[in-house]
Amino acid sequence: MSGAASTTAASGAQQDYTSDEMMSVAAARALENGKRCFVGIGLPSTAANVARRTHAPDLVLIYESGTLGSKPDVLPSSIGDGVLAETADAVIGVPEVFNYWLQPGRIDVGFLGAAQLDRFGNINTTVIGDDYTDPKVRLPGAGGAPEIAASCHEVFVVVRQSARSFVEKVDFVTSVGHGSGKGDRERLGLPGAGPTLVITDLGVLRPDPETSELVLTQLHPGVEVEDVRAATGWDLKISPELARTDAPTAAELSTLRTLKEASR
Amino acid sequence: MADIVSLADGVGELVHDGDVVALEGFTHLIPHAAGQEIIRQGRQDLTLVRMTPDIVYDQLIGAGCARKLIFSWGGNPGVGSLHRFRDAVQHAWPVPLEIEEHSHAGMANRYVAGASGLPFAVLRGYRGTDLPEHTATIKWITCPFTGEELAAVPAINPDVSIIHAQRADRAGNVQMWGLVGVQKEAVLAAGRSLVTVEEVVDELEPVAGQVVLPHWAVTAVAEAPRGAHPSYAQGYYERDNAYYKYWDSIGRDRDTFRTWVRDEVLAGRDSADAAGDKEGVR
Repeated sequence: MSGAASTTAASGAQQDYTSDEMMSVAAARALENGKRCFVGIGLPSTAANVARRTHAPDLVLIYESGTLGSKPDVLPSSIGDGVLAETADAVIGVPEVFNYWLQPGRIDVGFLGAAQLDRFGNINTTVIGDDYTDPKVRLPGAGGAPEIAASCHEVFVVVRQSARSFVEKVDFVTSVGHGSGKGDRERLGLPGAGPTLVITDLGVLRPDPETSELVLTQLHPGVEVEDVRAATGWDLKISPELARTDAPTAAELSTLRTLKEASR
Repeated sequence: MADIVSLADGVGELVHDGDVVALEGFTHLIPHAAGQEIIRQGRQDLTLVRMTPDIVYDQLIGAGCARKLIFSWGGNPGVGSLHRFRDAVQHAWPVPLEIEEHSHAGMANRYVAGASGLPFAVLRGYRGTDLPEHTATIKWITCPFTGEELAAVPAINPDVSIIHAQRADRAGNVQMWGLVGVQKEAVLAAGRSLVTVEEVVDELEPVAGQVVLPHWAVTAVAEAPRGAHPSYAQGYYERDNAYYKYWDSIGRDRDTFRTWVRDEVLAGRDSADAAGDKEGVR
């Protein structure tokens, strides 16, 4: 749980939910019913499963371990839990996941996490520090993310926001967001639209249509612009149409909590 | 016909110091017992290949068996970091670890090329990332038909690949089902292969979604009940999620890890040894 952010959110008003719960619910709402969604483990998986149990019963969940259309009744604790295979429409080999289903553009939404994210939505999950060969922190690495970020029609990132994780420029580009700005994805020949939505525990950011720089478009309840600015490592621009996220409904919260409780 | 051997004999005969070794299994069917047998037999200077070097390679790396790791995601799934892996990369403990880092799509295609007898694979990948700058085995190639520039990655052809499956028959035909990852490709890409199985049976009953590796495509089969623990074997046992959390407390500290190796692996008390008790099946 992100303790600092919870305190910030909770200090604004009396709330009966945590900032992490708000993030998961906001991420779940972004997933439209019927979409085909490539799901990363952790926060994305939580949100996708809340969506499937609330407004998006026909959301198609695809996990890189080789499952198409998983319908887990508990939150999987890994990308390849048995429940994902047992409840899937089809179970396939890993080369097939990437070559037949992801690469040709059959997936609508890639749902990713990040250790570091920069102002153009580029993602780092490889190393912290300037020197790849002598990193300050060695992170897990790429996994499926580079090609998910390249080939899905669009990418949603769900990540806890802090000045350490939201940086001017990522130390290592593991997965390309909008590169160094508008037009970079086209120049690189990346077929998908890249990150169109970044959902955090404080609010929601979207790329500016003119520059592709991430701007704050939505604040979660109890969070103020200064809170988000303090948790951002670049000079964050604020959308003129800044909106306020609706608080989680009782139904959303109970779905999320029931799923979490049922998880092993 | 694949030889039916004990786990100790299989590893002893097929895995040599300095080999390129792939242990595959994507969350499911991870050959943990075989990994611990490699530690027990003191193999060194291995180049370890695996898409998701999770606990099984954290153990091999911490025990000093590896000099190089070829991989695409190195973490403890659902828990966090691999501390032995990080210690090796950040502090060269217990020995320096060279890394060759890819994406899942790249690694999967390297196995496909290896299994196909081709020198390399092409994919629409890595574009715009920092990986090609640091990984010499990612290059660019122009499609001769369309002119599109694509990523090229060389085949992986391990000296030996090791996988875990649910069952084999006495001829050494191997049957697995559920999530099958890149195991078939890893076996077909390798010079030699060892398959550990939950049980050796008289006859393989068909199972929906099964993958069968014929006995003539496998070098050796060893019975290793619960040999995938703490990962799982669909139809046999569930993933031991608590063990993955427990591993965090073992792997985090060098001394705790060394004690674990001494007491649980070298003393042969871990589940791997159950295979030795069942040699009567041969």
